[in-house]
Amino acid sequence: MEEGEHKLEIFRGLIKFKSNVQKIWGVLFVLSVITTVEVVLGILKPQPLLTMLFGMKILNWIFIILTILKAYYITWDFMHVRDERDSLKGSVVLPLIILIPYLAFILLLEADYIFNIMVDGFVSWNF
Amino acid sequence: MDITSSDSELSSEIWEGGNKPLNASYGKLMMWFFLVSDALTFSGFIVSYGFSRFKNIDSWPIADEVFTHFPFLHGIDAPMYYVALMTFILIFSSVTMVLAVDAGHHMKKNKVAFYMFLTIIGGAVFVGSQAWEWKNFIKGEYGALETKGGQILQFVDGSSGERVSLASFALSISSQRTTHQKNTGIWFQNESSLPTFSLREVKEGFLKNPNLLIRGEKINDRGEKIVLSREQSTLKIEDAVNVVEGANLIHNEYGNRLFANFFFFITGFHGFHVFSGVVINIIIFFNVIIGTYEKRGHYEMVEKVGLYWHFVDLVWVFVFTFFYLV
Repeated sequence: MEEGEHKLEIFRGLIKFKSNVQKIWGVLFVLSVITTVEVVLGILKPQPLLTMLFGMKILNWIFIILTILKAYYITWDFMHVRDERDSLKGSVVLPLIILIPYLAFILLLEADYIFNIMVDGFVSWNF
Repeated sequence: MDITSSDSELSSEIWEGGNKPLNASYGKLMMWFFLVSDALTFSGFIVSYGFSRFKNIDSWPIADEVFTHFPFLHGIDAPMYYVALMTFILIFSSVTMVLAVDAGHHMKKNKVAFYMFLTIIGGAVFVGSQAWEWKNFIKGEYGALETKGGQILQFVDGSSGERVSLASFALSISSQRTTHQKNTGIWFQNESSLPTFSLREVKEGFLKNPNLLIRGEKINDRGEKIVLSREQSTLKIEDAVNVVEGANLIHNEYGNRLFANFFFFITGFHGFHVFSGVVINIIIFFNVIIGTYEKRGHYEMVEKVGLYWHFVDLVWVFVFTFFYLV
């Protein structure tokens, strides 16, 4: 791949880097900031973020969204998916974003059901 | 006329493999397909962790209380700092890997070798850190009792609410019980080492010390473990059948044993990926040094192992979130 083939914009063109090396350091900065925010939130655990939303704490939703954001920058810029054709992007990413949420949905729903069975059941689990 | 000739040209390209819909080399494409399947394997593991966690949502161990160690800071409560550091180390070794790939595009052999070397160092430090985490996890910190139903009873100081280790209150009572060796039995079986304290020593010590309370696995609304009153505690301790120190695949002083199983399995599988990544990186590093890719005319092999290495980083980002943060 030649230098010219790298796409050097992140944040939808908001930031445009001069060279590929510069972009790498820029992405490292983004990833570090996200990780620091995660760790600080994980240590402080701000009280307002502990309320439930769609069966999970808001804080946990924030963690998951930040993680997916990090995953996006790692694949798109470190693994050069940004420079690949749409067909390759699709064949790599689509199976994952279809199958993983599906698997998570089914298993977590089932786990919640089993939890309720164990709470409401006549059998003691704590002895 | 033009159309027909270009058409026939195109179809010959298609039939002879000239058509490249994905515009990626065979090796790179196969690496991507492997990574997709590996990503599904890891998501299977992490989702099954989620399954067990949602199933025990009111009693799952709190990660902040389990992973509290930092090198050279003994006795200081440092939740998550070390895993955060490990995350940064792995992200940084990912950066040196991309820099190596970039130097490869410019055919700068020495730069590729230098960045590959840094990547290997980063990976080795990460694997070492993980081994250290495992050591602390296996060794345990406070010790606990286990009931017949497999529930864990931990001890806290009634006035301060701090955790108390078994060593600080267990009485020393002489007993005849020794570790069963292979050569003393009638059958060739032995047992692993006995815990430091017998159940009786812990029980007597607990009853002698009125300040001690027991906390079980259940979690209250604020996400803290529920501490029993002294009366409940003295009743509860009668259920105990085992002393547990540290964690393995069968017993786990931190709480639900599935937590330890998933910890060993998921971080172990990830650590195995990091380890094999380091080994592959070392092979490629030497290939770079002896000039294999210089002769070949391109550094695509560095790019391919780079993909694998970033994937390992990617998985860690998720393991970090689901094991330590959420």
